[in-house]
Amino acid sequence: MEAGELAPRLEAFLQRAQEARRVQVDGLALLAGGASRQTWAFDAVIAQADGETVRVPLVLRSSPRGGGPGAMPPDLEFRLLSAAYAEGVPVPQPYFLADESLGAPALIVGRVEGETIPRRLLRDEEYAGTRRVMAGQLGAILARIHRIPVDKYGLEALPAPPADASPAETEVNRFEQVYRAIAPEPHPAFELAFRWLRQHLPPGGERALVHGDFRVGNVIFGPEGVRAVLDWELAHVGDPVEDLGWICVRSWRFGNDRLPVGGVGTREELVRSYEQAGGFPVDAERVRFWEVFGNLRWGIICIMQARTYLDGRSTSVELAAIGRRTAETEWELLNLMEQD
Amino acid sequence: MQDRPTYSELLKAVERFLDEEVVPNAEGTRKFHARVAANVLRIVTRELEGEDEQLSAECERLDDLLGASERPASRTALREAIRMRTEELCRRIREGEADAGPYRERVVDHLRTTVREKLRVSDPAWLGRDEAPEGEAAP
Repeated sequence: MEAGELAPRLEAFLQRAQEARRVQVDGLALLAGGASRQTWAFDAVIAQADGETVRVPLVLRSSPRGGGPGAMPPDLEFRLLSAAYAEGVPVPQPYFLADESLGAPALIVGRVEGETIPRRLLRDEEYAGTRRVMAGQLGAILARIHRIPVDKYGLEALPAPPADASPAETEVNRFEQVYRAIAPEPHPAFELAFRWLRQHLPPGGERALVHGDFRVGNVIFGPEGVRAVLDWELAHVGDPVEDLGWICVRSWRFGNDRLPVGGVGTREELVRSYEQAGGFPVDAERVRFWEVFGNLRWGIICIMQARTYLDGRSTSVELAAIGRRTAETEWELLNLMEQD
Repeated sequence: MQDRPTYSELLKAVERFLDEEVVPNAEGTRKFHARVAANVLRIVTRELEGEDEQLSAECERLDDLLGASERPASRTALREAIRMRTEELCRRIREGEADAGPYRERVVDHLRTTVREKLRVSDPAWLGRDEAPEGEAAP
C-alpha cells in the first residue's frame, strides 16, 4: 500500500481505537519494505475528547496476509509483546492490533529511537561504553524473557515440543526436515553436525518461553545500552539455553571473534549476568550444544533464503548472495565439533 | 577465445561502477543492495579464477574417500559427478561411517579443504580470522 492510501485509513482506525475527536497521521514513511512485511514510521497527533492534543511516535508493522507456513499470527504476537512489556522486558510498547481496514494484519507499537546496525555498535566511538555493558544487559534481559509465565498471558498457542519429547531433539528433527526438503546440493558438514547433535542431546532441562532470534542485530540500542528487543516472531516454548547458544553464533560477531557474544562479550559474562538476574542455572556443555545447533540452524536459514531466489519467489540480489554464506557455518561447525 | 577485455576486466568495470558511482549516490535499501551486488561480482571473479583447479582437486579427494572413479571431460559433467559423489559421502556419514576413528579424520580433512576453497571464493575474511591462507591477506 502507498503512503497516500494508508494515511487516511490509519487516521480512521486510530480515531476509532482511541475514541479521539480527531487523529492526524504525520510524517508517514516506509522504514523497511520487503515482500514479506512492511514497516512504517509515523506520529499520531491525537486531539483527545478532553481537548488536549498529544503526539505519539508509532510504528506500524504489517505481515503478509495469511503469514505463510509457520508464521506467528499477529494476535499472538501482540499478546506476546504485551506479556514481555508487562514483565519489564524492554520492547516497543504494544498499542493496537490493527484490523483488516489497513490492508493486512498489523501491529501498532511505540517507536523506539536508536541504532540497530551491529557494525556501528562494534566500530563507532559513540558506542564504546555500550560495548562494555551490552553482553551483561543481554544476559539479564534473557533471564526476564525466560521467566515470562506462558499460561498467565494466554500464550499456550506458541509452538511447543510435545510434553514427553526433548525440546533439543524436537528442534533438531524440525531443522533436519527443513534441510532435507530444501537443500539444492549435498552438505556433508551438515550431515556430520546432525550426527553430532543427536549424539550430544542434552538431557531433560527446563522448559520456558524462548525468544528464538535473540541477537545484537535484533535490538535497538543507544549509547547507554539496549533500548528494545525486537523480532519476536520465532518465539516458542523450549529449552531456554537455546537463546544463549544462538547469541554466540559466529555470524553475529561481525569479525570480532575474540568476543563470542555478538562481538561484545564473553560466554562467561553472558551466563553470569543471566544467572544473577534470575535465569535458570546454565551448564556450559548445554550452551555448546545450542551453539552448534545455532550455527547449523543459521546455515539452513541461508539455504532457505537463497531458495526464495532459486525458486523465483524473489529477485533480490541479497537473497541470492546469501546462499554463499552457508559455507561460513560449515567452517564454524567443523571447528566446534572437532573441539572434543 | 574472446577479445579483450577479458571477463575479469569486464567484471572489474561493473564492480567499479557499482562501488564508485551507484553506492555513493543511492540511499537505504538500494545502497545496501548495490554494495551486495559489487561483492557478488568479486565472488564471481574469484570463482572463475580458480574453478578448474578446485573442481579437479575436490574430485581427487573424493576418490581417496570413496574409491577411484571415471573423470568426466567437461566441466559441467565434472560438477555433476562431484555432486553425486558428495551425496554418496553424505550417505556414508548418515550411516555412521564417519562417527569416529581414522575415516572421520579423513572426512573432516576433506571437508575442511573443501569448505576452505568455498570460503576463499565467497568470503576470504572469514578464513583470515582463523588462519592466514598462503599468500592471501584478509581484507
